[in-house]
Amino acid sequence: MDYIRAFIVGGIICVIGQLLMDGTKLTPAHILVSFVTTGAILTALGIYEPIAKFGGTGATIPLTGFGYSLAKGAMDSVKKAGLIGAFTGGIQSTAGGVAAAVVFGYIMAVIFNPKSKK
Amino acid sequence: MKKQITKISKEKEYKKYVNKKVPKPSYLKNSLWAFFVGGAICTIAQFITNTLKDFGLNKTDANTVTVIIMVFLGAFLTGLGIYDKLGKKAGAGSIVPISGFANSIVAPAMEFKREGYVLGVGAKMFSLAGPVLVYGFGSSVIIGLLYYFFTR
Repeated sequence: MDYIRAFIVGGIICVIGQLLMDGTKLTPAHILVSFVTTGAILTALGIYEPIAKFGGTGATIPLTGFGYSLAKGAMDSVKKAGLIGAFTGGIQSTAGGVAAAVVFGYIMAVIFNPKSKK
Repeated sequence: MKKQITKISKEKEYKKYVNKKVPKPSYLKNSLWAFFVGGAICTIAQFITNTLKDFGLNKTDANTVTVIIMVFLGAFLTGLGIYDKLGKKAGAGSIVPISGFANSIVAPAMEFKREGYVLGVGAKMFSLAGPVLVYGFGSSVIIGLLYYFFTR
């Protein structure tokens, strides 16, 4: 059952991105940035948490989920550590993904060469 | 005078011609592709999370490791040239998931390798990921500060 929920929630979030791409002049870069920011804001407003509970990875794997863990990390750290948590929390909670993206991204770029476009 | 008029009408004709040739996006087809590919990627991630939980990881760790694995897969498939082929059909379905974030790092980094490992790979990796991190980290700090001042 959680597979179906992940499929539907993840699919819908991607369709929103696709409609923004087709219907407006936004580039993928603009969409990624606005998805992360939107995810963070929705989390701060308490709207994204129930979506994440329901959708599982369907809500956490799209980039809105990156914003979700940034905002959630910041708020949780503020609860524990006070003001300094605002600066450490978000990056702490996403550190694994960001470090993986930098390291794996670098390794793959060094190993592989771009395929000629046909 | 006459020359100008013909120039303008030619421009108009050209614009008409271009508008005719520029393909209209087919909303339904693109959305279906985005839905199924995006949904499939999230379902794979759910499978990874569930497997990790079976191995005894708690929820937070399972989520973090899932993100790391999805980033690895996105980067690896980009290196093999498979992810970009998928992206042509799937559009946002492959861009919006976190594996697309990895794709946005590897693709320009490979492309600019000939400019060196510092200013080529090192710098161009972040041509798309950089803005995402700037706005993501920025909004997380702002939200943290607001949360601090409003919950005191």
